Amino acid sequence: MFFAILLWITAFAVAAGFFVKRWWFPPPISRHAMAFDSLFAANLIAGGIIFLAVQLALGFVIFRYRDRGQRATFSTGSTRLEIILISLTAILFLGAVAASSGLWSAVHFTSMQSSDLKIETAGKQFAWSFRYPGPDGKFGKTDVRLINDAAGNPFGIPDDDAAGKDDIATSALRIPAGRPVQLLLHSHDVLHNFFVRELRVKQDLVPGMEIPLRIQADKTGEYEIACSELCGLGHHQMRSVLIVMPAAEFDAWLAQQGKRKQ
Amino acid sequence: MSFLSRYIFSTNHKTIGIQYFVLALTAALLGTALSVLMRLHLTYPEAKIRLFEILWPNAAAGGVMTPELYLSLMTMHGTIMVFFVLTTVPQGGFGNFFLPLQIGAEDMAFPRINMLSFWATALAFLVLCSAFVVEGGAPLAGWTAYPPLSAVGSIAGPGMGKGMTLWVVSIALFCAASLMGAINFITTILEMRTRGMSLFRMPLTCWAWLVTALISLFAFAVLFAAGILLLLDREAGTSFFLPAGLVINDRILDRKGGSPLLWQHLFWFFGHPEVYIAILPGMGVVSTVLSVFSRKPVFGYRAMVWAMLAIGFLGFLVWGHHMFISGMSPYSSLAFSVLTLAIGVPSAVKTFNWLGTILGGRLHLETAMLWALAFVSVFVTGGLSGIALGQPALDMYFHDTYFVVGHFHIIMGVAAVFSILAGTFYWWPKMTGRMLSETLGRVHFYVTFLGVYAVFIPMHFAGIVGNPRRYSDFGQFEFLKDVQGLHKFITHAAFLTAAVQLLFIFNLIWSLYRGKKAGDNPWNATTLEWLPPSHQPHIVVRGAYDYSVPGARRDFLMQNESNGQ
Ligand code: HEM
Ligand SMILES: [Cu+2]
Ligand SMILES: [Cu+2]
Repeated sequence: MFFAILLWITAFAVAAGFFVKRWWFPPPISRHAMAFDSLFAANLIAGGIIFLAVQLALGFVIFRYRDRGQRATFSTGSTRLEIILISLTAILFLGAVAASSGLWSAVHFTSMQSSDLKIETAGKQFAWSFRYPGPDGKFGKTDVRLINDAAGNPFGIPDDDAAGKDDIATSALRIPAGRPVQLLLHSHDVLHNFFVRELRVKQDLVPGMEIPLRIQADKTGEYEIACSELCGLGHHQMRSVLIVMPAAEFDAWLAQQGKRKQ
Repeated sequence: MSFLSRYIFSTNHKTIGIQYFVLALTAALLGTALSVLMRLHLTYPEAKIRLFEILWPNAAAGGVMTPELYLSLMTMHGTIMVFFVLTTVPQGGFGNFFLPLQIGAEDMAFPRINMLSFWATALAFLVLCSAFVVEGGAPLAGWTAYPPLSAVGSIAGPGMGKGMTLWVVSIALFCAASLMGAINFITTILEMRTRGMSLFRMPLTCWAWLVTALISLFAFAVLFAAGILLLLDREAGTSFFLPAGLVINDRILDRKGGSPLLWQHLFWFFGHPEVYIAILPGMGVVSTVLSVFSRKPVFGYRAMVWAMLAIGFLGFLVWGHHMFISGMSPYSSLAFSVLTLAIGVPSAVKTFNWLGTILGGRLHLETAMLWALAFVSVFVTGGLSGIALGQPALDMYFHDTYFVVGHFHIIMGVAAVFSILAGTFYWWPKMTGRMLSETLGRVHFYVTFLGVYAVFIPMHFAGIVGNPRRYSDFGQFEFLKDVQGLHKFITHAAFLTAAVQLLFIFNLIWSLYRGKKAGDNPWNATTLEWLPPSHQPHIVVRGAYDYSVPGARRDFLMQNESNGQ
């Protein structure tokens, strides 16, 4: 009986923790992030109801049927009940997949536009670098043998490549607000993961692969980029920032960077 | 019989069961101690802690843990808990001891293989622990050992040289041992049942051991192969998991043609079924304990069997949910999502039937029963967060955050441990002839129950904030300032929870000397292990859960009892 009460208290305490939202998501900065928040809220409500219903029912049964000298009823099951339950849960779970697959598709199956700004995003133990194609709109070749962080060449761009000459390499990710951007994710060494909380987006960087990730941020500001795939002893300090600028300001910045390179 | 052949190199299934139990208890203590050290460092990253310095004069010089030391403790903690605790007690421990008794067999089908399997497991544990003391220390790649980090040797960091190799060798040994165990279980269950023990009269524990053995057979075979490939990449210069053009630590590696994702596919093809290997035997125990202590048959016995078979089968089709954001095709993510949620259906069937079992019963709330009831509670809690993580759109935020750490600790760690404790309190009288103290048992139970909720629920909140896992320090990020208070709370709750486990150990030892003597059948249960030892084969005439049968002489009929008049 004591346990029944404890179970109820625990269930309410857990539910309260999710309800007061003292520790919660940061405010969203994109349409995708807002859609994510509603999807999670729907899951939370449905999950919360099931959670409380089952925990309270468990506590109730323990309380109600504790040993008071009564005789246990003899029953071995009910096929009808099982079938009803299987159907209900199947509908519920398939509904959850259906409700959430749209959000996934919007991120991964929206075809990339050739007009999208492309930014190469590279990870290595334990730093981020970003490359913009520069005024010619084309990324130059790279060669791992030429990588030299100290000389400001984190991508290994050869000196004699015309397309590469004007490429801009940075250690913070600047993007224009309100415009879609294509990140082309690369890793030089081990797995890393690009994670910006405010975008609600996460994607691994895998050596040997180029993984495109389309993002769009609508609110200007600075947001932290945290590596979220174990990459070695400095994993916890693999940080950069996403700087979302007003579009005009971004264009001016990019043009100026391009000029400096020429 | 000499001491050696009786207690050490014994082929007796009971002795081997106890050996597994003791090995796993040792591993559990070590794994828990490691988690306490980890929490201590996470909460007070700057503090000079004398204990760290004593344990690791180099890696914790001055009493401050280095990041690599933290990550190596994390790797060892996860590996020890998953392999040497959760895979070992429920099957190797309880299974070996009770399977032959429950089906009325003399012993396991292959007693020598059984002995070999235990000693290979023990050796695997020693090999793993030796990683602590070799140059560079234990590996830091996590229990999942993703390449390239795990495949390139010591240039990837301290511990990634010898320590990582020992890790792979240990896991390969463990796989070999588990394969031997699996063959033994399957053969025993299919071939050695006593007269009248049809499959559908078997206790659900036996069904669970059977399904677990089948899963082990396929899952460990794949992990074994993957481990060999990783070893070749590390030691023989092959490139199964390494693509061209890697530059690590300013060195250009001369490898090409491999894929890091291949390892993830192989690992999780094992890894997801592994969580069922850990939990299915526990489900069998819980079903039995709920029935015994409610004095009611298991509700929907056949549905329970089919649900276990469905879980075992579907368990092999969902590995991709660990890889939604890995770079694998986003189309397959949707397929894996459907299959993942589909596995929720048989899981819900089980939960429903557990509630159905106790509904209308006469509940004796002994400690064993409390653990079984608490299992149902945490299984539901962990299952619900799993539904969220099974949706790729949501996993796109939660992957590798503390939300996942909270989720898998509750569903896999806590639920499985609760079922092990239920089994221990239930079967201890049979294993030792003595009862455990109910008073100590209850105190231990209540503190642990509240403790695990206090430790692992707040981890979900940290995950919602976005806190990545496998960080040795939360000081480098602005947004992590906000979760420091939460982590302090978690750490204190973890200390309390870990400390109260000593009460359990004390209870075990106390009981061996002072515990009340147990009769043959202290819980008035129906299954064959509770019959007095005899040399006559039992003849089974009924199912395993005939409690409170109308018209019977008493409220339980043993499986070999004809009519109970
Ligand atoms: C006192 C109880 C426990 C505490 C306080 C605890 C704490 C922790 C902590 C702090 C981490 C590291 C999280 C990170 O840095 O990402 C961790 C990881 C882990 N724990 Fe536990 N744990 C406990 C019990 C268990 C149990 C019973 C299991 C059995 C399944 C378990 C399995 C794992 C696994 C698999 C990992 C992941 C390791 C990795 O990331 O490679 N833990 N635990
Ligand atoms: Cu990292
Ligand atoms: Cu899984």
